[in-house]
Amino acid sequence: MQNDYTGCWHFACLDECSPLYTENYINIIHIYMATLIKLKKGYDLKLQGGIVSDEVTPASKSALYAVIPDDFTGIVPRMEVKEGDNVAAGDVLYHDKNYESIKVTSPVAGVVKAVNRGERRKIESIVIEPDNSGNKKTFDLKNDAKSVLLESGLWCMTRQRPYDIVPKPDAEIRDVFVTCFDSAPLAPSLSVVLGEKRKYIEKGVEILKSLTKGNVYLGCREDDVFEAANAETVIFKGPHPAGNAGVQAANIAPVNKGETIITLDVVTLARIGHLFTEGFIDFDTTVAVVGSEVSTPKYMACTIGCQISSLLNGNLKNDGETVRIICGNVLSGVKTPKDAYLRFPYRQVTVIPELIHKDEFLGWASLSPKKFSVYHNFTHWLFGGGKKSNEMDARINGGERAIVMSGEYDRMLPMDIYSEFLIKAIIAFDIDKMEQLGIYEVAPEDFALAEYADTSKLELQRIVREGLDRMRKEME
Amino acid sequence: MKALRNLLDKMKPSFQEGGKFAKLESVFDGFETFLFTPNTTSRTGTHIHDQNDMKRTMSTVIVALLPCLVFGMYNVGYQHYLAIGEASASWSTMLLFGFLAMLPVIVVSYGVGLGIEFIGAQIHHKEIQEGFLVTGLLIPLIVPINTPLWMTAVATAFAVVFAKEVFGGTGMNLFNVALITRAFLFFSYPSWMSGDKAFVKTDGIFGFGEGNVVDGFSGATPLGQVATNVGDSLNQLKDVVGGDITTMDAFWGFIAGSPGETSMAAILIGGVILLITGIASWRVMLSVFAGGLAMAGIAYAFPSATYPASFIDPFAQLCYGGFAFAAVFMATDPVTGARTKTGQFVFGFLTGLLAVLIRVYNGGYPEGAMLAVLLMNAFAPLIDYVVVNRNIQRRLSRTNAK
Repeated sequence: MQNDYTGCWHFACLDECSPLYTENYINIIHIYMATLIKLKKGYDLKLQGGIVSDEVTPASKSALYAVIPDDFTGIVPRMEVKEGDNVAAGDVLYHDKNYESIKVTSPVAGVVKAVNRGERRKIESIVIEPDNSGNKKTFDLKNDAKSVLLESGLWCMTRQRPYDIVPKPDAEIRDVFVTCFDSAPLAPSLSVVLGEKRKYIEKGVEILKSLTKGNVYLGCREDDVFEAANAETVIFKGPHPAGNAGVQAANIAPVNKGETIITLDVVTLARIGHLFTEGFIDFDTTVAVVGSEVSTPKYMACTIGCQISSLLNGNLKNDGETVRIICGNVLSGVKTPKDAYLRFPYRQVTVIPELIHKDEFLGWASLSPKKFSVYHNFTHWLFGGGKKSNEMDARINGGERAIVMSGEYDRMLPMDIYSEFLIKAIIAFDIDKMEQLGIYEVAPEDFALAEYADTSKLELQRIVREGLDRMRKEME
Repeated sequence: MKALRNLLDKMKPSFQEGGKFAKLESVFDGFETFLFTPNTTSRTGTHIHDQNDMKRTMSTVIVALLPCLVFGMYNVGYQHYLAIGEASASWSTMLLFGFLAMLPVIVVSYGVGLGIEFIGAQIHHKEIQEGFLVTGLLIPLIVPINTPLWMTAVATAFAVVFAKEVFGGTGMNLFNVALITRAFLFFSYPSWMSGDKAFVKTDGIFGFGEGNVVDGFSGATPLGQVATNVGDSLNQLKDVVGGDITTMDAFWGFIAGSPGETSMAAILIGGVILLITGIASWRVMLSVFAGGLAMAGIAYAFPSATYPASFIDPFAQLCYGGFAFAAVFMATDPVTGARTKTGQFVFGFLTGLLAVLIRVYNGGYPEGAMLAVLLMNAFAPLIDYVVVNRNIQRRLSRTNAK
């Protein structure tokens, strides 16, 4: 059945800026086939504090770096280093308890300064003091590609579906889905984040293609098309969450029971290409520092795991307790203390006010057009509100309720899934129903926009995460 | 507002656990969040949330009900003064009379319903849910004006406890709570719910609007007259004092009936508000009218003296009785209706169809809208099951194709 939100057709696209064109003259007549998929569901939230210029500023020096194990969902860390050990950039810090071949590596050369543990000795962060020696581990590229990827730690920067976890090395990979744009609020342009590393994409695709019998898909925006000889380019039109890997996969080839796909972003893809071209890992990244509490939103060049303060120092409007610093975007990012570190996926830091309007009197009855809502029972839309960017704080704006309104989640999720029924199945922990309703196809981030718009204020991402975790436990 | 905030802050400790009024914690919390938007910020998941919440959604529905409420009050007064032969009374007098007549019903409905909600919330240590804000206003609009207050109180209590709280409260109920209230009254006290005396307030209220009913008075609603029609064609429908009424009178609402249901015009204003704000599903609303028109068209095409309601033309079928009110405010209840888009079309169409079917072909009930919605409430989960199952089958066949 053709769904109302996917009208697909093919069109031929002659790409003149392809590296093949510039390097090999014969390829001028090469015509790529790209698929176009139009998504109608979703919403582009316009927030204040977006970046105006593509210029990249270097971040100030970070005194410490850290790896946060929570960033790599599905891995139970077993340390391979201890406090005081010297590591080079790319040296292993810890491996997974269940799959020892999955390693997480240090982004910088230096000394392991601390292994911070929380409740029940859970490792919360591994802090490294850089020695500026520039020591870096080189990899033997003659080895099998998968083992190099696992050893380098880049494997951990990809995710698998089902369960949205770091991929299991022994699973057969059906397809690989690479997201080449980020559609989230205030998200960086991945072209800018990539910068000169764009040239490594071809190699990255080649490596990933060797891991799967299926395809490598590049999900792109119309105005920023990525292509590679071994990959299929798919162009997505439509609002957020069109840039989510799960949404792209669901509209190209959904994950079925028993299948495994791998998802990653184009920056990680270039990093893989870099590793297999140069022999060492590139831990540098470009981060979009955005949000209404940032004085000058801009791109900043830094290294993975750097201190947040090295990105924000002197660039905040209000210092103090009144801001919320988020690693990632406002929908699926992680709240981060000011003295903490840059977290996965290492490309965006958003700063918003925690609470703009304290003790708002009769807020639910307000007729003010300044109050933004995606719904028409506020007056915002009557005054051309859809085009203006808004300042939003972290308030929940209401209490948690049972699900009353229908169709709210479906409106925000361009997948062939009855999301509300899936959420109810997860809450009831009905394994059969979860499976039948498509839990293998989703990740928490796919529900982030629905969570934003939910009248009942349910914590949908938490519910989905817990559902996936319990499901995984049950199936293993 | 600062003073109010300070007052609340001062009172708060005595309403919390261990405090003097700890039993009223939910009630206090309800009033506090009503007055001041909570300062709670997000702990997990998304860092920003939409301004819209259940309070806003429910109060928008109340705004949509206001045209029906105000016109309903006016019409209660209008019918009263018509009945006592003082049709020349000013519109403000009529409105005031209607207001005085309906106020006790509104107070009883909210008092009983919210009281039970408060107790329920406190027992479960939960926040008070806003669902009854709408139900509490729907009840006065669909209960005949002459119903004794104690009956309304008993019926409301029954509906809130047995149709809602036992299922888990707002959002969990299977049947529309307001309609259960009316159905309880309808089956428990049938003599008060239909016939001559139910729909027109002939007595004065609080000594206001006293007078004697004119000779030839009959309080039967138009549909009540249709049900007792004898002959091969429809006799002229009459108002309460024997004057002729037309379909346009029914459209504007100057006929006898439950306060909220008589004016199609007021209902449509409410419907437009619900559709613009996106709170009601246009799929349900449209298909209820479509289903009603379809069944009315069939009945009209095969008129029969046995079933006199088949003489009514299809458009008039929609204007008389509670059909339009049910289509706009009852069938569109998202909790008790179908929740899938495809399901909403089926649900709505069948509701409209059944409403007219019962009205025309079941001699026992001159009006079928209430029963149609309640019956379809029972079928809504089944409709959704079938729709969702198609999605499940699609997913299964994808897996099996490999």
